[in-house]
Amino acid sequence: MKFGVIVFPGSNCDHDAYHVISKHVGQPVDFIWHRETDLSTYDAVIIPGGFSYGDYLRAGALARFSPVMNSVKKFSRSGRLVLGICNGFQILCEAGLLPGALIRNRDLHFICEHVYVRVETSDTPFTNELRGGGVLHIPIAHAEGNYVCDDLTLAELKRDNRIVFRYCDKDGAITDAANPNGSRQNIAGICNHERNVVGLMPHPERACEDLLGSSDGRDIFRSLAATVAAAAA
Amino acid sequence: MKAKVYVTLKPGVLDPQGKAIQHSVELLGFGDISDVRQGKYFEIALNDAVVEAEAQAAVTRMAAEVLSNPIIEDYRVEFEA
Repeated sequence: MKFGVIVFPGSNCDHDAYHVISKHVGQPVDFIWHRETDLSTYDAVIIPGGFSYGDYLRAGALARFSPVMNSVKKFSRSGRLVLGICNGFQILCEAGLLPGALIRNRDLHFICEHVYVRVETSDTPFTNELRGGGVLHIPIAHAEGNYVCDDLTLAELKRDNRIVFRYCDKDGAITDAANPNGSRQNIAGICNHERNVVGLMPHPERACEDLLGSSDGRDIFRSLAATVAAAAA
Repeated sequence: MKAKVYVTLKPGVLDPQGKAIQHSVELLGFGDISDVRQGKYFEIALNDAVVEAEAQAAVTRMAAEVLSNPIIEDYRVEFEA
């Protein structure tokens, strides 16, 4: 089992993701510079948070053209796992690997705080160790996390059970007051049709140590590792 | 040849920056503003050797695939000699 963490100029959560995989999942992990194109030795790649290319033009818009992204597309088509966190989610949307777009938060603020998200489905390789309907306490840190999509896309996401996380209150209720950024239907994370690509705005890699306020994010990485282990068995 | 590309948010897409700008200009005393929408403007200079038809196709593709995100934005391209 081997994980990769892709590093763009401006990525800044790459070391957090690396730390979680090496320490909490206990598996080999490499940093993958964005100019590399060979992903053949990896079972799963993480596109981490940060400000790739300084968020120039639109968040994630320029990272999409890095050489590694063509490889990520092929990698995902082969059924292997891709997790995009925060800026990684923005990049996956810009690259067309996930539907919709992430625009400026409705109140314009950069929001950095712990929020509650509800696990909408345990039927993904990233949430299968979690309880559907369970509530996670995980931080967000973004200015462009306001998820938008057209009505047709939203209907497809719902029909196919592809909304993976939604912002909620501490009891799991989906309310407008619990929506930090104005995301449509409180959407915090989604998956692709094949369910092997997930993007989310919250940072589970920052919620893996009790010392840092929450370890609720660990189960996402445990799910990922369990899926890879099961596939290899 | 120079191309000018205007990228604007699609109608209906929330523009909190436009709303903040509207609020600020209203504080300046301009009360008769019903809406402000913020967009992006690009100037792309093309080498003289480029044939006009090719330039138009190229810039249109740039606008569609890089400068705008078709999910949330529209674009308009203008050329000047």
